[in-house]
Amino acid sequence: MVDARYFGDGLTYLNPSDLKGKLIAIEGTDGVGRSTHIEMLQEWLEVQGYGVLTTGWTRSNLMSKTIEMAKEGNILDRWSFSLLYATDFADRLEHEVIPALRSGFIVLADRYIYTALARDFVRSGNRQWVRDVFGFALVPDLVCYLRIDVETLVLRVIETNGMNFWESGMDIRLGNDLYDSFKKYQSLLIEEFDKMAEEFHFEVVDARKSPDEIQDELRNKIQPLLTTHLRSPDLPSDHLIQPAPSS
Amino acid sequence: MSEHPTYPRHAHPYPGKLIIVEGIDGSGKSTQLILLHKWLESKGYRVFFTEWNSSELVKDTTKRGKKNKSLTPTTFSLLHATDFASRLYHEILPPLKAGMIVLADRYMYTAFARDVVRGVSPEWVRKLYSFAITPDMAFYFKVPIEVAISRLLGGTRGQFKHYEAGMDMNLSPDVTQSFRIFQSSILAQYEKIVEEFQLITMDATKDIEAQQNDMRRLVGEALKDYKPRRGTHGRRTVFWRRFDVPKSE
Repeated sequence: MVDARYFGDGLTYLNPSDLKGKLIAIEGTDGVGRSTHIEMLQEWLEVQGYGVLTTGWTRSNLMSKTIEMAKEGNILDRWSFSLLYATDFADRLEHEVIPALRSGFIVLADRYIYTALARDFVRSGNRQWVRDVFGFALVPDLVCYLRIDVETLVLRVIETNGMNFWESGMDIRLGNDLYDSFKKYQSLLIEEFDKMAEEFHFEVVDARKSPDEIQDELRNKIQPLLTTHLRSPDLPSDHLIQPAPSS
Repeated sequence: MSEHPTYPRHAHPYPGKLIIVEGIDGSGKSTQLILLHKWLESKGYRVFFTEWNSSELVKDTTKRGKKNKSLTPTTFSLLHATDFASRLYHEILPPLKAGMIVLADRYMYTAFARDVVRGVSPEWVRKLYSFAITPDMAFYFKVPIEVAISRLLGGTRGQFKHYEAGMDMNLSPDVTQSFRIFQSSILAQYEKIVEEFQLITMDATKDIEAQQNDMRRLVGEALKDYKPRRGTHGRRTVFWRRFDVPKSE
């Protein structure tokens, strides 16, 4: 991250200029296979010799329990909803992401601030405040957006984990039942993600394709970031383990 | 204030009144607020009290983060903003809408002073709290640092708390010295805030009764046009009459 920078008012006490690693965010709504692809990407990168750190939404030491508790019915207002996620994000940014980038790791983020921006906008109709709040976030080197249409998403979610309260945006009750609310809520999120894809130059990957095709596309998008940064030395040929002759 | 842009803030539209107090630890602001609370209640007003960093939602998280010393300036600031948002929604707005008087021990100005000293951007923390409503009255209890120190050391507490003394900032290995440096920087921030947000400065070196008299006089004047909602007082008789058990002869 040679020209690392913050979205808005940054961490004044942290200079981002010495961050050697790469920050890659994988965005998309629920049920697009983000975590599966991140696992595969990690494997692919580690085989090439890159240090990889994955970081996931709500997984901070400080906040994961608090957010769980809050989701059980203790948050009702838009502000604490977004602030809880912002705190979780800040904790991971400062304790995991920035130290890893400083040591030259590739950081794969399962969701990034765009998730929070979309969710807050759907709830408030206002973009500015939540963007100001997340001003301290680093601008990633690459954002891959796994895009899906709501019709396909509905089928996938029903077939796998089913619709839950929060993924259906039931706190704002956009429909008469879970199904209607899910569909409406996720459509609004996709709409907002699509707008942000243009504004923030996401690399859009069609999440309806087969997992292999998606993974290939993701690797193709990530590859250009890597060559500028690290190249595996060629091993002297006499050190190579020769494959056993098949008899 | 030329240093920071001012963010537009408007008077709230609710029938209630919001009165807040600010000042460093040891300024005596909480004592004054408690006395004001007693007085307002004795006058028949309906009063609701709320305190910084007290919401069920994040109190334990803040406590845990403080205990294992994992809070950064930004997470410290965000946690307090979360607490504030939650209390604004659950504790401050409902009584204000119901026409009550809300007393708040510390408000967003605490964050503007303290979080900036810890190292967050002054612009960022102001934007963070842009959803807050402007209080009807905001008192700042101004006290020299040595007075605050002698009050805290001579009082019931007897010692400084880790974060209250800014021990997380490695200012000095000596707790009292760390408190002195940290809280002096906060005092300097408050000086700017008082001007930027037009807080009412109270001389917190005066006797408790003298300060309270000043405060009651100012609050009394400000409440001249305030029409407290009588709420249950007026209606209670009607309510009971409706459900009165008819006396059988």
